[in-house]
Amino acid sequence: MNNKAFIIITGAVVGALAVLLVKLGNPPNMGMCIACFLRDISGALGLHQNNIVQYLRPEILGMVIGAFGAAVFTKDFRVWGGSSAFTRFILGFFVMIGMLVFLGCPLRMLLRLSAGDLNALVGLLGLIAGVLLGTVFLRKGFTLGQAVIQNKSNGYIFPAVMVAFLALLLAAPAFIFFSQQGPGSMHAPLAISLGAGILVGVLAQRTRLCLIGGIRDLILFRECYMIYGFIAIFIVALAGNLILGKFNLGFAGQPVAHSDGLWNFLGMMLGGFGSVLLGGCPLRQLISASEGNTDSAVTVAGYLTGAAFAHNFGLAGSAKGVPMAGHNAVIVGLIVVACIALLNTYYNVKARASSR
Amino acid sequence: MSEIVDARGLACPEPVLRVKNVMDKIGSGVIKVMVNTTTARENIKRMANSQKWSVDIAEDGDDWLITLTK
Repeated sequence: MNNKAFIIITGAVVGALAVLLVKLGNPPNMGMCIACFLRDISGALGLHQNNIVQYLRPEILGMVIGAFGAAVFTKDFRVWGGSSAFTRFILGFFVMIGMLVFLGCPLRMLLRLSAGDLNALVGLLGLIAGVLLGTVFLRKGFTLGQAVIQNKSNGYIFPAVMVAFLALLLAAPAFIFFSQQGPGSMHAPLAISLGAGILVGVLAQRTRLCLIGGIRDLILFRECYMIYGFIAIFIVALAGNLILGKFNLGFAGQPVAHSDGLWNFLGMMLGGFGSVLLGGCPLRQLISASEGNTDSAVTVAGYLTGAAFAHNFGLAGSAKGVPMAGHNAVIVGLIVVACIALLNTYYNVKARASSR
Repeated sequence: MSEIVDARGLACPEPVLRVKNVMDKIGSGVIKVMVNTTTARENIKRMANSQKWSVDIAEDGDDWLITLTK
């Protein structure tokens, strides 16, 4: 099968499963969202105490297990890391805060758009602005440096942690938090969520589906491969929402969303800017961590920590809008990410000049 | 004379970006690229095909050596 057909099929499966998972109980327009689901996992572990967003989302656990299995089976499992790990942690932290101000990763942004939520269009514009900003630095020579091959055992830790989370989900001990109300309490049956996650994990590993990569490669190389997956997710989810009568065009009253345009834009701009520097969207980082990239595993740890901070300090958006603390956090985030971009570009260009 | 690009251990999109910069600089000739992830290998292959460079991939231990010719 050629690559283009495979990525279109992958996008179509992701779009269809996302609509199906909402039909079976997931929160509205949240069939799959890496940012939201990592926030729920962070809450389930008690890292934040917002009792409406706490659940060990089986979709995430499934994606990791599926991607790990596919990578091992096809000999794509390669353990490497050591490329500015702590910088990646900080970038992941702020990417998560930006996305939680908007209320979704690029995947949920597409799903929201496919259900007629026009706030997601504002988010998409912000995301494109952030990606554009990031590509300026990439063109100027930004790099987080070369990663090196690591001992194989390092690569097993991330999937093992997710398997442990799955055991905690199944055993449901008292110290794991499960929301009794709100989005965290809404979920499709465990086996279906887990199965959907595994399938998406396998497909995303094989195709390297990346929603940031789609926009970035179009800007940098006029390369359309990834954007086909992006469009396929949108079209199939749109068709599904139209068939199920879930399509509702407008800005106001959209589920698990707010209509504060400026912060939808800036939140996603922060998410897009940080993600380009990291090399991929949250979905891609999750899959890459499962393939043995320990830098991506550190990035996911940054996401989980960012989510905890977002809810412990009241930074995240909600249906009511974005709190003042959230505005401040996005501004701080944009400054920090810009500093990381500038300094890494500067030092890299300087190092290259002196080695000549 | 061939250009050499060591793109091992680099994250997206740096391997492709570095190769593209060399392509733009020399226009035609031979570029040898070392990569160690399948993602970088596939991305470079796709970009080279779209730029009409011919692609030859050889395994070299844990790495791949990609030879691009135009």
